[in-house]
Amino acid sequence: MIDTVLHIFPFNVRIRSSFAGVAEHLDFFYSNHPRHGSDSFIDFDVQVLHGQGLRRWWHPQARLLLDGKESFFPLPAVQAAPMLEWGLNWCIASRPLGYLVMHAGLLAQGDRALMLPGVPGAGKSTLTASLCLLEDWRLLSDELAILDPVSGLMQPHARPICLKNASIEIACGFPKTRLGRVYHDTRKGTISHAACPTASMAASSTPARVQWVVFPRFELDSPPRCEEISRVEAFSMISEQSFNRERMGEVGFDALCAMLTDARCFQIVYGSTDAGLQLIHEITQP
Amino acid sequence: MTQRDEGPTLVAVLADPQLATPLNDAQWSRLVSTARHANLLGALSGRLKAAQILIPARASRHLDGAHQLSDRQHRSVRWEVHQLQAALGHLSIPIVLLKGAAYVLSAHSLGQGRLFGDIDILVPRTALGEVESQLMLHGWVSAKTSAYDQRYYRQWMHEIPPMSHIRRATVLDVHHTILPLTARHKPDPQQILSRALPVSEPGLPAIRVPCPEDLVIHSIVHLVHEGELHNGLRDLNDIHSMLGKFGSMPGFWTRLAAHAIGNDLSGPVSFGLALVQQVFGTPVPVVVREQLTQAQRGRRPSTLLLATFGLALEPPQPDEQNPAVAIAQWLIYVRSHSLRMPLRLVVPHLARKTWLAWFPDKER
Repeated sequence: MIDTVLHIFPFNVRIRSSFAGVAEHLDFFYSNHPRHGSDSFIDFDVQVLHGQGLRRWWHPQARLLLDGKESFFPLPAVQAAPMLEWGLNWCIASRPLGYLVMHAGLLAQGDRALMLPGVPGAGKSTLTASLCLLEDWRLLSDELAILDPVSGLMQPHARPICLKNASIEIACGFPKTRLGRVYHDTRKGTISHAACPTASMAASSTPARVQWVVFPRFELDSPPRCEEISRVEAFSMISEQSFNRERMGEVGFDALCAMLTDARCFQIVYGSTDAGLQLIHEITQP
Repeated sequence: MTQRDEGPTLVAVLADPQLATPLNDAQWSRLVSTARHANLLGALSGRLKAAQILIPARASRHLDGAHQLSDRQHRSVRWEVHQLQAALGHLSIPIVLLKGAAYVLSAHSLGQGRLFGDIDILVPRTALGEVESQLMLHGWVSAKTSAYDQRYYRQWMHEIPPMSHIRRATVLDVHHTILPLTARHKPDPQQILSRALPVSEPGLPAIRVPCPEDLVIHSIVHLVHEGELHNGLRDLNDIHSMLGKFGSMPGFWTRLAAHAIGNDLSGPVSFGLALVQQVFGTPVPVVVREQLTQAQRGRRPSTLLLATFGLALEPPQPDEQNPAVAIAQWLIYVRSHSLRMPLRLVVPHLARKTWLAWFPDKER
């Protein structure tokens, strides 16, 4: 049984689990995250436990509890570690903590951030992975862009990158990739995680300001296209990918407007990783 | 081994916010988590702010977040009430908001930081048919479709089956009285309707809120008759805050006792006042308690029942299951049904609910 308080900026997460797989996952991906004592403030109290009764042995299951309450359907026991990652995403997206949380990859050079919002399957994770594992972008998050409305700055949330299906093999070819276990037959297909790069980890509490918003779309063998779009259009597209703008009311609306004030927004279509990187390069280093 | 100091309870801090000043990180953590479980995070935030307590940044994120969500919900409630005015305004009947929606629209800034589920309204029983059809014309549909549910509500309950709006998915409970038709007490809803007050928000001429005394009485009656208490502490906190606000208004306590007695509700109100005094230490004038006791022919609120409610209302602690609390909650569940309906109705009803819990597909 593990019981530890991890500081995954900007949150303290208490993780308890009876699964050896979860312990291995934490050792592999979270060994450089600060550990806190049990006397610290806990933002999310997460438990990944074995199934109850028959489910402990027969088609064993993993259950996820947040603050002692089970809010998910159980998953097969072998998926305990991915379940922890999904559960954490869900905590951050659903619990009102004053942050505007958007579904987007987030990278930075210095304090200038590049935001890659996108519907699932648009290629955002692969592009995010290639920018930080193949090039020298700093990873803030592969999935959750967290905006603090007070400072107007994006909060890093350094965790492993979740790779799906074909992107696993692509990422294997990147020099800085440290891949964890591969999980087959999850609800997102085959998935695996790539460790957050060391340099990104070292700056994992340094916020950044959004300079570029790029909506990526991967279409196999398509010629590269890039189109600058208006901030109004970007606003409505990001709103669709926001978990809690509606719930945050006026504060969320104002925060997103302010975030876009200094940003340039683009839509890109590309047919290969190289072409995607080239387009990002042209946008950010004109 | 020394036991870890868990700090003051949620109830203690709600009653006296100054107790939060010396809390350490772990104690703040516990307080926030307990308040979230009890659906009182927004209310706690409001109480701490009003008392100007210095809150550490880590905890205040959670409290501010809840407050923000509550502000947003209050705005949605106002919008929903405007939709009700648009749908029902021309019927020339009073539309009386109850509970949460009434707190938001009342002139006394009640329910700050409170989170919501449904919207409840009270209308004259004679207008019920017209109200229901106007609501349906404006996009509200009945959420309960089985014949049994329809009959359960229409024949026995104090409200028609809950309606939900097809586009906004908001849930509306339309009441024609405040207790089930089959219940032991028989309050006259006409009294509440006739004493109800207009709201200050412009554009809502048909909308009313109960007068302060009826607002308190209804909250108490609702809590005391409620079978499932997962929002019980929140509701009791509502009552505590209202008494704090209204208690100093000239003549409030006299009217409270008079309205309760005049509407066959001296029993539940007497019990509710004793309960809020027991849990939050809310001051209640002795003369009011005596008047209510007199109206009950000398019967005082049962200490055993007060203790049972006290236990059942304890906010759930993650990781700790207290069997006494579970038993108390079960007792209150059973009691609520026996108050709601006579035994010959309640036994078949609960049997049916149990059956459906085991075999949900046997509904039809």
